[in-house]
Amino acid sequence: MSHQATIQDRAREIVEEFALFDDWMGKYEYLIDLGKLVPPIEVEYKTDDYKIKGCQSQVWIRPEMQGGLLYYKGDSDAVITKGLVALLIRVLNGQPPAAVVEADLSFLDEIGMKEHLSPTRRNGLASMMKQLKLYALAHAHAAQN
Amino acid sequence: MAEAEVQTIQRVGAEPFDVYSIRERFPALKREVYGRALVYLDNAATSQKPQDVIERVTRYYTEENSNVHRGVHYLSQLATDAYEAARARIAGFIDAESAKQTIFTRGTTEAINIVASTFGRERVGRGDQVLISEMEHHSNIVPWQMLCESVDAELKVIPISDEGEIVYDDFERMLSGRVKILAIPHVSNTLGTINPIKEMIRDAHAFGIPVLIDGAQAVPHMQVDVQDIDCDFYCFSSHKMFGPTGMGILYGKADHLENMPPHQGGGDMIETVTFRETTYNDLPHRFEAGTPNIAGGIGFGAAVDFMVATGLQAIAAHEHEILEYATARLQEIDGVRIYGTAPDKASVISFLVDDVHPYDAGTILDRLGIAVRTGHHCTQPLMQRLGVPGTVRASFALYNTREDVDALIEGVKKVKEMFA
Repeated sequence: MSHQATIQDRAREIVEEFALFDDWMGKYEYLIDLGKLVPPIEVEYKTDDYKIKGCQSQVWIRPEMQGGLLYYKGDSDAVITKGLVALLIRVLNGQPPAAVVEADLSFLDEIGMKEHLSPTRRNGLASMMKQLKLYALAHAHAAQN
Repeated sequence: MAEAEVQTIQRVGAEPFDVYSIRERFPALKREVYGRALVYLDNAATSQKPQDVIERVTRYYTEENSNVHRGVHYLSQLATDAYEAARARIAGFIDAESAKQTIFTRGTTEAINIVASTFGRERVGRGDQVLISEMEHHSNIVPWQMLCESVDAELKVIPISDEGEIVYDDFERMLSGRVKILAIPHVSNTLGTINPIKEMIRDAHAFGIPVLIDGAQAVPHMQVDVQDIDCDFYCFSSHKMFGPTGMGILYGKADHLENMPPHQGGGDMIETVTFRETTYNDLPHRFEAGTPNIAGGIGFGAAVDFMVATGLQAIAAHEHEILEYATARLQEIDGVRIYGTAPDKASVISFLVDDVHPYDAGTILDRLGIAVRTGHHCTQPLMQRLGVPGTVRASFALYNTREDVDALIEGVKKVKEMFA
């Protein structure tokens, strides 16, 4: 199966899960639960090297290449942000960097959470995605050469 | 009408303060967000506008629009008269000695920057000190930092107590001949503390220290009399007091303003221009280069009229009641911590509930139609002092009601429940 198809499958699963909730409160409760399930990132990665500064909340992200695929762990001090980090990891984890660079994240819009990725929210997520894609781009480029 | 004349509007036939009929005059308060009634509690960020102000700006563009100070034709006279009349009324609003001393700026931030870069440059030298407090908004920190860096002076910071008040003993100890400027807020945008600025100014003046007051969070909520407090500079913004964005005032004592070099060059601030040399215009125009935000100035005047007609005492009394009610109701909720508990406060409550991150709380409150602000409120050093990443801030204005407070309380209870 192609990597984009895998990413799209996972995204579709998430949209279906969220569709089970009628209203925004249910969706947020589910997102909060998802966030609480994510183990906190190891203390050695809670440093400035891995921190992505947002005005409102902080995000830590630790990307790692293994066998040509991009894995990452993430955390945030705000639970809603952490839940969204968890969703993004779920969709993008263990994929080749080129697939991460081109990944379509419109599923966030479909579950009604797109605004959290806006830079004006200053929760670190927009910067996190930018950083992740840049990291993936650098590795995709290295893989090509 | 003479340009420099100050106009003080008298409040005629005072009607009792009726918050519900006042609310009716603010169209934005009727709107819905996410299908719910808007509960607007972010007034420290900006205020909503009454129909009077909206209409006055529209009328300017419909009937009076023309450039000011430059034309000989009818429209330009209309526009100039309206603009300068607004200035005169704003000067009267703060009891300035003359309208020449109320300079139009883009806002409080620009006003402070003007003082730091002109007056500050001339007064502060190597080894001197500029004194501010731990509760400052970034706009009353960064211009002074920039000044101190460029002249090799020191920025000193007056500590605050855990309750959010200036530690007066420390303040007194920090006053000396080396301090060349004191800059402090009248009201803290994050804590709501009303600082004892009259006493601080008196004590600073005993050392010959001029004082700039950041009045952005004070003028929407109380009567301000610059002569009575005897400040050297007072800065505030239109958009926080029911007027348009993009306008503010720098008030200064005549002596200071007369001797300050201009900060921007261009049209209107000049008297004569040749390539060899240029002479500058008188006050206030010397500090008003280029075509101003004419509509903004006229709208600002209309906002002052609105506040005066409503009655400053009545406004302050109503807001005090709302703030007390909100504080009491918040304190009833287990796990709520309020930041800023000075006995003298205006408009603002900063708080946190349990371990909930302010971003999380703000997101849920937003969904419930409640507009509050979360984060550091442009007071990062203060957040460090308080040891929190940020707070949730509810800030009230003359049109907020007990029902608004009740909605906030229900929202906070919901937040507590969802993140338990």
